[in-house]
Amino acid sequence: MDWSALRLSLELSFWTMLILLPIGICLGRHLAWTQFRSKSVVEALLTLPLVLPPTVLGFYLLVAMGARSPIGQAYESLFGQQLSFSFAGLLVASVIFNLPFAIQPMQRAFEAIPQEVREAARCCGLSPWRILGRIELPLAWPGILSALVLTFAHTLGEFGVVLMVGGSIPGETRTIAIAIYDRVQAFDNQAAATMSAVLLLISLAAISLSYFATSRLAKRHEHA
Amino acid sequence: MPEGLYLHLTQDSPIPLAAQIHCAPGEVLALVGPSGSGKSTLLRSIAGLYKPDTGIIRCGETVWFDSTQNINIPTAARRVGMVFQNFALFPHLNALDNIAEAMLDYPKNERIERARSWLARVHLLGLEKRLPRQLSGGQQQRVALARALAREPKVLLLDEPFSAVDRRTRESLYDELAELRAELNMPVLLVTHDLDEATLLADRMSILNVGKTLQTDTPDQLLAAPHDAEVAKLMGMRNVFRGRVIRHEATHSIIAWGEHELRVRRRGEFNAETAINWAMPTSGVLLMPSRSRDSATLDNEISVQIVKMLALGEQYRVTLQAGQDRLTMNVPRHIAQRYALAENQQINVRLRGETVHLMPLDA
Repeated sequence: MDWSALRLSLELSFWTMLILLPIGICLGRHLAWTQFRSKSVVEALLTLPLVLPPTVLGFYLLVAMGARSPIGQAYESLFGQQLSFSFAGLLVASVIFNLPFAIQPMQRAFEAIPQEVREAARCCGLSPWRILGRIELPLAWPGILSALVLTFAHTLGEFGVVLMVGGSIPGETRTIAIAIYDRVQAFDNQAAATMSAVLLLISLAAISLSYFATSRLAKRHEHA
Repeated sequence: MPEGLYLHLTQDSPIPLAAQIHCAPGEVLALVGPSGSGKSTLLRSIAGLYKPDTGIIRCGETVWFDSTQNINIPTAARRVGMVFQNFALFPHLNALDNIAEAMLDYPKNERIERARSWLARVHLLGLEKRLPRQLSGGQQQRVALARALAREPKVLLLDEPFSAVDRRTRESLYDELAELRAELNMPVLLVTHDLDEATLLADRMSILNVGKTLQTDTPDQLLAAPHDAEVAKLMGMRNVFRGRVIRHEATHSIIAWGEHELRVRRRGEFNAETAINWAMPTSGVLLMPSRSRDSATLDNEISVQIVKMLALGEQYRVTLQAGQDRLTMNVPRHIAQRYALAENQQINVRLRGETVHLMPLDA
């Protein structure tokens, strides 16, 4: 059992989730309630990571963040280290890869809030922040929770993108999924089995939580 | 500067608007029109939920919207109370909190007490902790009304507030609104497509079609003297026809309608030989008792054929063929039975000329 790999995976998942929380709320809410000309293009772009092979996405991210790319050079001059093959680079890739998992459930949750209810809040004299905190987020939270759980579970098990962008540097980019692959390559099936079981349990728990949250959301809007 | 709410809006697209409205404090003004006539858009404009192209909206001394001066006060600052078609209660807050949420201007501890007193006023004490989905349609509607009034709004906006509840609940809500009315000293705008509802609740009605306010008057006046055939039809009048002015006598005018000459209420402003529209309520068409021969009244006797008889509760709605046109009259069931009225029968009716209203010819 590679505990440092598990810890790294959990850290990566946590930070990905945390970064995507405000991004998902802003983008999901915006996409739910506004119509603009290029909306379908934006939605398609945000969905792309769902259908693109992780290696393809990983390849492009690697090129974009590499030492010779403008982004990679800017990062290096700022922080004195490479972006690709580092935890930070892995985190950037993970955030991009998880955009659809975070945004789509949040968008659905905000879409489920009737326009009349939001307008009623404005007529009641509530400020935009009060409407967000008192009306919108409480009504959308099961969807938001579900998005966070999906993002977390998905990051935990991600393999292709991590391998392309991060490689397998112990303590820096070797996540549990990579560690499992390493163990199998080394014919250490015992360790691979243990780690797989741990990953399976965590994922199962996360998905159960997500379904529970979704069913609560459905119930809440039943009579709304 | 007039008191109350004044609005004058124009817009070509996406929703055409050419509306002018004034509603005095304490007055209930109904905006009536078919669906798509722009009545909800007007209400939403007043609330600041919709921004029209050009025009002005003023509440008392305060300008809420003025396109020429780029004024558009946000909804939250306008102090409107609005009741939505589907109530639009906050589904996750209980009845008490729904009302308290509209009173953020008050200190926190005062809010709950005030919210409770509002619940009492709409007869919902004891249901404070219920969520909206645990309340009946009528109860939700009362919470919505209390929430709208709790802000002490400058204007109360009711957007088809009775359309989502059943008939019996609606009747009792009418009573309650009528009861509350006496205490409301702000302009009240009621959007509805139900003429009976408007007649029952409103002091005046504004008839809308395709975003245009056609005529604003008391319900009685609208029925007795609609400006034109369009208003008459939107008021639900069935007997609207074309005719021609023949001449004016001292006490009445004479018009031609098909092969008939009718003696009608005098309207000297239409010159002889002018083509006109004319309208009369269904109550102006009466069965002809054979004995009546009083030439002083403006009764016009004509012979018609019964085309259709439709039973509506205690009444029959009888459609009559008169020349090229079809007249409608209502006959109480027992009278229809006594006269043995039947379809295809030829009968005589009298048109009460004093109920006939002449209007300029429509386009």
